[in-house]
Amino acid sequence: MTLESEFSPDSDRIMSVSLGPQHPGAGHFRVRLWLDGDYVVRSEPDAGYVHRGEEKMGEYRNYIQNVPHLERPVILDSSNILFPYATGVDELMNSKVPARGQYLRVIMSEINRIISHMYFIAIQGYFQGHTTMIAWGMGDRDLWIDLAERIAGARVTFAYIIPGGVRNDIPEFAIEKGLKTCDWFDKRMDEYEKIYFENPMVHQRSDHIGVLSREDAIAYGATGTVARASGLKVDVRKDEPYSAYPDLEFETPVMTQGDAWARTYVALLDMREAVKIIRQALKKLPSGPVRLKLGPQPRVPAGEVYSRTEAARGEMSYHIISDGSPRPYRLKIGVPSAKNLRVLPHLLRDVHVADIPVIYWGLNYWPVESDR
Amino acid sequence: MVVAQQQKTGAFQVLVGKIDDVLQYAIGDPMRYLANWGRLYSLWPVHLETACCSVEVGAAAGARFDMERFGTLEAFGSLRACDLIIVMGTVTRKLAPRLKLVYDQMAEPKWVIAMGACSITGGLYFDSYNVLRGIDDIIPVDVYVPGCPPRAEAFLQGLVLLQEKIRKAPSLSGR
Amino acid sequence: MKERRLKVTTTPLRIGEVGLFVRDTLGFDHISTVSGVDWIAKNELEVVYFIGSSKPGQQDFVLAVSERVARDNPVVPTLIAVWKGADYMERETHEMFGINFQGHPNQAHLYLPEDWNDLPPLRKDYVSPGR
Ligand code: SF4
Repeated sequence: MTLESEFSPDSDRIMSVSLGPQHPGAGHFRVRLWLDGDYVVRSEPDAGYVHRGEEKMGEYRNYIQNVPHLERPVILDSSNILFPYATGVDELMNSKVPARGQYLRVIMSEINRIISHMYFIAIQGYFQGHTTMIAWGMGDRDLWIDLAERIAGARVTFAYIIPGGVRNDIPEFAIEKGLKTCDWFDKRMDEYEKIYFENPMVHQRSDHIGVLSREDAIAYGATGTVARASGLKVDVRKDEPYSAYPDLEFETPVMTQGDAWARTYVALLDMREAVKIIRQALKKLPSGPVRLKLGPQPRVPAGEVYSRTEAARGEMSYHIISDGSPRPYRLKIGVPSAKNLRVLPHLLRDVHVADIPVIYWGLNYWPVESDR
Repeated sequence: MVVAQQQKTGAFQVLVGKIDDVLQYAIGDPMRYLANWGRLYSLWPVHLETACCSVEVGAAAGARFDMERFGTLEAFGSLRACDLIIVMGTVTRKLAPRLKLVYDQMAEPKWVIAMGACSITGGLYFDSYNVLRGIDDIIPVDVYVPGCPPRAEAFLQGLVLLQEKIRKAPSLSGR
Repeated sequence: MKERRLKVTTTPLRIGEVGLFVRDTLGFDHISTVSGVDWIAKNELEVVYFIGSSKPGQQDFVLAVSERVARDNPVVPTLIAVWKGADYMERETHEMFGINFQGHPNQAHLYLPEDWNDLPPLRKDYVSPGR
């Protein structure tokens, strides 16, 4: 077996293989692998199959027109990618979002976190050969989508969180349905734990696989579930409380193993907290307007802002520069998947080929988001 | 022994042509129907996710919508065994050659569903520097499913339309 | 910028030093994003490193270290030695703005197609073909 340190591409023991973009284990994405028999000696991710130039498009559209296309990169998590954009523009315009709007933003963001994590856990189960988890996961995810649809009116692309507040108020029956869904989901998560997370087969296939140490997580700039599974406690909701989060009680789950199992389990713990937050927020929901009146072409004063929030995959950040015109001068989207991408070649070396899908998907990497 | 090459008469060729026609009438239609009926319920798609519409395909494959009812499996391994490409959204300039390559490697008969506004016209990304404005230029499309993203039900409807198209296909090759 | 944000602007010559100081003395070791800006009116390109911290107590702070360089010959040193995570982010800035990171091990295209031979797309003088 060749170690990564002794790697030379010309050695006749080394075979170079391309995984993706057409591969059941790697959609929208390619990894180049150099193999020695069954061992991965080195790997190099090749992203960019879904690079759509969102940042350039942002410069051609005004602040409101930017909303629909900005949520497309991470359609699983579409409210959370708009959240920092909305807070950033609010900050530039110095506008105070009404309290009800803040709460609804939080509710929608947490619902989206669950939708996104369910997809993650379901597919992770599929990659480990655990068919029950994908059947349950995809099915239960649809119930949360139903709830979101009742609030925002679309299945995945809500365009709900916009500068100045949220697009529309929550209907009365959705509050009831939301509380019911929370109760049901609490019980459901116990079942996931029994059937999936405590399953010895799952443990065998993901324990001690793709271990990322805390030091490396810091050095490579990992965020979100990847960082928290490695013992690095980063959570923008706690570190820099925004919106309605200061009023709500929740924890930041942290684990220390840093392996693929821990990364999946942290997502489950995250969902438990999300359910807690949704329940509290639905009960506490203040009355009043949900958004400020902005014109169709709001004037944003010149300035520069770096806003960040906690999305499902980690810290989502925007660097917005305004020059006083109706369009942003520069719109940089700092997406968590792109921040975690550097971790992949670090983990994908000196491992078995069979572990690749578990490591790759365990990073909760969504190529569309990373490419923008 | 060398035999002088025989001149085929025109009449013989006409006869052969006639036999072909007769056979076509006698067993062609049932054969065509049978072959296409067989293809109809085992459409296996290539797992080539191109962009965000793949989430709705995932939902359609999930427990609620369950596209296996229509004989379609998600995430199938080999290209040679596949007969359907679902283009799930945006095709970028980097992906376009790969899409063509995947299409060319598949065995006939093969069908294409263009899913989402992006793969039909470029959709939201009409002014992006890296996105193709529709995939018709690279591969022939059979069914268009509009939407951004199309709901899972709309996608299933597209699948049923494709099955309808195959059932009524005028030739044995299914096209 | 608002409170809990600080932007330090320096030159390509000093940025290595500043980076080390920020990481080791101030404890900002968790890189968040690398962004670029094209200031076409001033004929300058800007690279901004957004750095968070993993130390408890200062996690709410984001420090921006930026440098400006002339548009005609944009060469800056790479900061991979300071923050390993800057690797792909600098690579992205390179392809989007045409900024050369000296000492970077691999500046091949990451997001753009391999055969891209136009101006770097995020420069202000590049006009998208659909527009
Ligand atoms: S049609 Fe809409 S959802 Fe589908 S790929 Fe395009 S932008 Fe994404």
